[in-house]
Amino acid sequence: MMPLPLTIALAHLLARKRQTLVSVLGVAMGVGVFIAVGGLMQGFQGYFRSQIIETNPHILMTDEIRQPAPQPLQLLHPGAAVAITRILPRDPVRGISGAGAILTALDAMPGVAAAPTLRGQAILRRAGRDYAVTVLGIEVARELRVTNLTKDMVQGSLSALATQPNGLVLGLSLATKMGASLGDTVVAATSAGGEHGLRIVGLFNTGLEQQDQGIVYVPLAQQQSMQARPRVVNEIHIKLADIARSIPTAAAIEGSFGFKTAPWEETYARVLSVFRLQNLVTYGATGSILLVAGFGIFNIISTIVLEKARDIAIMRSIGLAGRDIVAVFLVEGLVVGVLGVLAGSGVGYGLASLMRQMPSPGATDPSQRLLVVQSVALYGLAAGLALATALGAAWIPSRRAAQTDPLDVIRGAT
Amino acid sequence: MSVALQAVDLTRVLPGPVPTTLVAGVDLGFAAGSFTAISGPSGSGKSSLLYLLGMLDRPTSGEVLLSGQPTASLDDEQRARLRLERFGFVFQFHFLLPEFSVLDNVLLPMRKLARRSPPAMRAHALALLDALDMGACAGKLPAALSGGQRQRAAIARALANDPAFILADEPTGALDTRNAAAVFAILSGLARQGRTVIAVTHDQGLAATADRRVRLVDGRVVADDAPVTESACVERMAP
Ligand SMILES: Nc1ncnc2c1ncn2[C@@H]1O[C@H](COP(=O)(O)OP(=O)(O)OP(=O)(O)O)[C@@H](O)[C@H]1O
Ligand SMILES: [Mg+2]
Repeated sequence: MMPLPLTIALAHLLARKRQTLVSVLGVAMGVGVFIAVGGLMQGFQGYFRSQIIETNPHILMTDEIRQPAPQPLQLLHPGAAVAITRILPRDPVRGISGAGAILTALDAMPGVAAAPTLRGQAILRRAGRDYAVTVLGIEVARELRVTNLTKDMVQGSLSALATQPNGLVLGLSLATKMGASLGDTVVAATSAGGEHGLRIVGLFNTGLEQQDQGIVYVPLAQQQSMQARPRVVNEIHIKLADIARSIPTAAAIEGSFGFKTAPWEETYARVLSVFRLQNLVTYGATGSILLVAGFGIFNIISTIVLEKARDIAIMRSIGLAGRDIVAVFLVEGLVVGVLGVLAGSGVGYGLASLMRQMPSPGATDPSQRLLVVQSVALYGLAAGLALATALGAAWIPSRRAAQTDPLDVIRGAT
Repeated sequence: MSVALQAVDLTRVLPGPVPTTLVAGVDLGFAAGSFTAISGPSGSGKSSLLYLLGMLDRPTSGEVLLSGQPTASLDDEQRARLRLERFGFVFQFHFLLPEFSVLDNVLLPMRKLARRSPPAMRAHALALLDALDMGACAGKLPAALSGGQRQRAAIARALANDPAFILADEPTGALDTRNAAAVFAILSGLARQGRTVIAVTHDQGLAATADRRVRLVDGRVVADDAPVTESACVERMAP
């Protein structure tokens, strides 16, 4: 036999099928939109995150120092009231000093792979046209341990740079624009002066415009000579076995070596803060549909409480306690909530499946479809929110039902 | 003869700008297995007295003793429990839950008490309805019943948990003479089974079929043809 409150709750709801259906649809719509839109957003953000994580170092050490070194006057009088203004961190010869020792130390850390890089600007010349690019001089053997670029190579290879001292690896779209192909030679000019003939040994296609059009790779020694900065590196790219540890690991590295060491979360803080805002807006908007659905539930249960005042009094006179009455109406809210969650999960699944058929706007690959994440956690969150709203909406009228004195009703009726 | 229910100087005043006295200093004992008819003019406090005796209302002063035990200190939960286990109410209007069949209405108090297995509850409910000649109506909704049938269904529900007390407030008020007589005969039979029955009625003829007649005016007892003496009560409580 069903629990008594459920029996009574179902009887009340079945006696007003249309209103119940409307309330259930309200919840279903809230849940469905929440699942579909939330999934779309998670898919979108997840795609971006994985792109960032794949195409960028998990941790980037650059040749900057965040804090000026303690000044001699401060060191001499520790704790004294010394005010020194206008100190800038020392920035004489840009470059990471002692990079070799740092790399050795990083190699000793478990789960850490590191590669030195010299980043600089250059102009690529081909057929009388100039193309401004960022050149990364890499140490190939180490770079292969920190980069995911190898999987985006469409022609040649990144490792060819190891055997080709004047090799060049660039994006397929840039090469196409330049009218150059594998094996061709292009000329690179830098602000340090001089022109350098570079031979194309590899072409990649990451799908990210910024990368494909703007970044090229040469051997580290070549870049050092092009930039006239022998033996200098100005970045160390670090890859972690466990990306979740990027923030503490970066802090530890910066603590030991002094150079600014940013986890990808810091480098992409603006993107992440846009994501946060996006989450706030999306979940706020979809959550407010649930809130409106909550008003619907509040409405139907309040109506039932008013209409059933006599029945409530009868049940009290028979010996049902106040909390039995509360239970009846909470269960009514819960029933609407559960039905809404079930229907809404179906709606959400349907919407998500539909969106997955739609082409992804702005994708380089036209066969790419919208990424919509469907996870137990997302459905669980939607269900939890909907049920909490339903219970909250039922709570207020059910308290009122339990608090009214049955005698008021019985006196009035007999 | 044992006093099952005892009103001691029972007074109920409705607070308000002009306080209304519903019941004023009522002393009444009700013997187990007795059938008492309460009558009096409209507004004399008959219903109010019944609510106080049946743990639905709390007195302003005085008290109700249940089998000699004071009830003033009981909280709402405990009073609800007493109503569930010891009292059966029958009102002037049947007060059945309209969405439930007669059988389900009778099952309601049993399901709350949950002392019997579900099949035993059904069997007991059907037996109660049969005894009231309502077996054929068990599956019907209250709306499909006649007035007399509804009132008998309400009596069956009042009897569901085998209560020691049946409190009926003008149970025949909405019935024709024949049905009214039948209902009173049922109440009388319940008293013969050992239940303490207290019924409010305007009908002198029906009142005559009870063991005892009490008359109220302005919340006070003005006549009582078989008073249960104070000494009987004291005797009860002494040992
Ligand atoms: N909620 C209330 N507010 C104000 N006065 C009330 C209320 N309930 C009852 N009364 C008054 O209290 C008095 C006693 O009422 P009660 O219902 O107990 O009388 P009764 O004998 O049952 O009358 P009836 O025969 O009409 O049922 C009456 O004067 C009635 O008007
Ligand atoms: Mg009355």
